[in-house]
Amino acid sequence: MDIYLPIAGLSVNALVIVALGGLVGILSGMFGVGGGFLTTPLLIFYGIPPAVAVASSATQITGASVSGVFAHMQRKGVDFHMGGVLVAGGAAGSVAGGFIFRALQRSGQIDTVVALLYVFLLGGIGMLMAKEAVTSVYAVRRGRPAPGGPRRHHPLVASLPGRWRFYRSGLYISPVAPLLLGFFTGLLTVLLGVGGGFVLVPAMIYLLGMSTKVVVGTSLFQILFVTAATTMVHALTTHAVDIVLAVLLLIGSVSGAQIGARFANKVKPEYLRLFLAVIVLFVAFRVGLGLTWRPDDIYTVQVL
Amino acid sequence: MKRAALALCLLSPLLLAQSVPRLVPDVSQRRIDIVYSFTGAELLLFGAILYPGGRVPTRDADIAIVIKGPAEPIVLREKQKVAGMWINADSARFRSVPSFYAVAASRPLATLVDDRTAAIYEFGVDNIQLSPASGKVPAEQRRLERGLVDLKRRQGLYVEEKTRVRITEGVLYRARIQLPARVPVGVYTAETFLLVDGRVVAGATREIAIEKTGFERYVAAAAADRGFLYGLFAVVVSLVLGWAGAVLFRRLR
Repeated sequence: MDIYLPIAGLSVNALVIVALGGLVGILSGMFGVGGGFLTTPLLIFYGIPPAVAVASSATQITGASVSGVFAHMQRKGVDFHMGGVLVAGGAAGSVAGGFIFRALQRSGQIDTVVALLYVFLLGGIGMLMAKEAVTSVYAVRRGRPAPGGPRRHHPLVASLPGRWRFYRSGLYISPVAPLLLGFFTGLLTVLLGVGGGFVLVPAMIYLLGMSTKVVVGTSLFQILFVTAATTMVHALTTHAVDIVLAVLLLIGSVSGAQIGARFANKVKPEYLRLFLAVIVLFVAFRVGLGLTWRPDDIYTVQVL
Repeated sequence: MKRAALALCLLSPLLLAQSVPRLVPDVSQRRIDIVYSFTGAELLLFGAILYPGGRVPTRDADIAIVIKGPAEPIVLREKQKVAGMWINADSARFRSVPSFYAVAASRPLATLVDDRTAAIYEFGVDNIQLSPASGKVPAEQRRLERGLVDLKRRQGLYVEEKTRVRITEGVLYRARIQLPARVPVGVYTAETFLLVDGRVVAGATREIAIEKTGFERYVAAAAADRGFLYGLFAVVVSLVLGWAGAVLFRRLR
C-alpha cells in the first residue's frame, strides 16, 4: 500500500511505516521510553531524508506521550513546578537547536553530527544502563535486593546559586540545574528527533536526586511540551515536518504501546532494563558502523 | 549588397524549411498530478514526421527524444574518509542541474551521432550541461560531475536509452518513458529531434507540467508558506490522535 509523503517528496509503503511505529510503540509500552531514539535512525535507514525523519519523529512523540502524562497526573506523579522549569529550559533549547540545525545543514555536516551524537549518547547511556541492570540481575539471582544508594543530588548541583523548593520532587535546589537539563534535552529533541527521556530520567535520578515517584511523569510532561515546541521550531525553520508520516507512525505506536504495556507486566523489571540496554547499545553500534563503512552514496545533493 | 547577403543568411533557415521535414510531436499527458497514491507514471511520446510533398525518403531518418525536468541550483557534497569516518569533505556548486533527464532514440546514440552533435544537443547523461560554478581544477570538476550523474542515475532520475523510439513506416514514431515515484515537480520539456546522417534536421518541443494536487499540494504549500499554523495543526493532530487512541484501547479492554 504505497502512499505519497508530501513533505518528504517520495512514496513509501504505508504498512511498513505503521509497522515501524508499532515496533517502537511496543518497546515504549514495555520500557516507558518514547522510542524516538529508534524511530529516527530507522526512518533514515528506510530512505526518509534525515531532516524530515527528525522533525516528524518529534511530532509523533507528542502524540505518543499525551496519554501517559494524563495517567501520571491522575496518580499525582507529575511535579508541575519542576516540570515548568524543565519545559522553560527545553523550549529555549529547542529554539537554540533550531539555529544550530540550520547552520549545520548549510555547512553540510548535519548528518555526521547527528550520527556522532547518537553514538556517544546512546553508547554512554546504554553502557551505564547495562552495568546497572547486570548488577541488579545478579542481586536478584542471589536473593537479596540491589543496594539502593542514598538519594542525594550531585555536589555540582548544590554549588549552583539560588534555591527553590520543589515539594513533590522532595528537593530544595537551585532552579538553574533543571533549567540547564531542560535546555540540553531541548537541543537533543531538535537535533536528533528524540524525546530525551533516556537522558532526562537518569539525570533526574542521579544528578538532581528527584523522588522516583514523580520522575517518569515529570519527564513525560517535559517531553510532551518540548516535542510540541520542537515541531513548531522545525515547521518554522526547516519546513521538514511531514504530517502524513507523523500520523502513520502514531497509528502504529499508539497500538504498539498497548501490546508492550501488557507484555511488560509479565517480565521482571531487571531483565526488561537489561534488554533495553542491549537495544540502545545495538542502535549506537549500528549508527557508528554506518559512519565508518563506505556509504553507498559518496555524493549527496542539496537543492539551494 | 552586403545587407542583402546578411538578410539572405538570416532567412536561410526559413528558406530551407521548405525542403526539410517537419516534426509534429505530442505527449500522452500534458499534466501529471501527484496524488497520495503516486508511484510514478508512464509517458507516451508520439508524433509524425511530415516530409515536404509527402515523399518518404528511402534512407531511414532517426528520432531522438530528450526529456528534462526543471533545472535547479544545487550544492553537491562529497564524502571522504576523515579520521576513520565518512564525512562530507568536499563540495561544488552547480547553477542549473536538470532535476530529471531521460533520453531515448530509435538507434543506439553512439552509432547515431558524433560526439560533437551529442554534446550540442545534450544526448546522453554525460553530455548534460550542469553549469559548474565553483572554479575547481578540471580533474576535480570532472570527478564531481561524474559523481553527480552517477548518483542521479542510481536514483532513477537520469535515464539513458532504457527504451527505444519506434518508427512506423518512416512517418510515425512513439516512445514510452517511465517517470519514477520521486520525480520533482515543475515544468518538464520533451524535445524531439529528427536526425538524418547523424545531423539534426528538425526539432520540436512540448511541455509537461508535473504538479502536486489536492491534499498533497495543500500540505506542501501550507508547510512552506504558513509554517506557524502548519506546525500548530501538526501538534494538535498528534495530541488528538494520541489521546483518542489511548481512550479507544481502554474502551476495548
